[in-house]
Amino acid sequence: MVVKHIPGKNAGHIMLYALSTCGWCAKTKKLLDDLAVEYYYEYVDHLQGEEKERVMREVEKWNPNCSFPTLVIDNETCIIGYRENDIRKALHL
Amino acid sequence: MTEVTQSEVDRLYGRLNREAEAAGYHLNPDADFTKGLVKGLIINERRYGYRACPCRLASGIKEEDLDIICPCDYRDPDLIDYGTCYCALYVSEAVLKGEKEIGSIPERRPPPKERKKQQAKIQPSTSLQVPLPVWRCRVCGYLCARDQPPEVCPICKAKKERFERFL
Repeated sequence: MVVKHIPGKNAGHIMLYALSTCGWCAKTKKLLDDLAVEYYYEYVDHLQGEEKERVMREVEKWNPNCSFPTLVIDNETCIIGYRENDIRKALHL
Repeated sequence: MTEVTQSEVDRLYGRLNREAEAAGYHLNPDADFTKGLVKGLIINERRYGYRACPCRLASGIKEEDLDIICPCDYRDPDLIDYGTCYCALYVSEAVLKGEKEIGSIPERRPPPKERKKQQAKIQPSTSLQVPLPVWRCRVCGYLCARDQPPEVCPICKAKKERFERFL
């Protein structure tokens, strides 16, 4: 499984760690789609074994609770949960 | 895995809604959002063999995931504090009536390392002599005095394995 890339306008490097079954993750993804920004995402529940462990360690670095959605912007800012205003602010949109 | 059909989603949604209302709980009135979560529950049931919370990453090991099988152990305290459970399948009456808005809430489930520590079973902390053991449903707090917990909690429909010895 590879990280998926959604093309769009550049608002920084945006990485979304999400679950395919989660309503708040879906809302976060839809917000990024509506903002038409370029982003990367990974459905962690689609991963298995070592790959899942590796990605979970990545998420844990930003969010020790390992909850979803976890959005990392420019390898610098982390937004946990669906927080529309915080996301817009962080992306300057 | 075959695609989950709309009729499967509608059927489970209807059942969860009836059970919730009968026990004083409420499903999120945003039907599209809620049906998305119900679909997630069906996907998780197929994937893991139990209805793990759609907004949490299940381990696939049932014993480790018991607390996040829907309805999860954290639903009732989250309904009190935020008017919604973590995934927002269930909401409080105030939210249902449109008197309170909900959003994404913080995760109440302890992080993986702390969970491991807590798994050392909590023992009943009393020397009180009772003629029968008392069992507590970890989901809704229902108590009953009998030799074994019931197969299904009569209040919240959680299964037998969600009960703990209380007295």
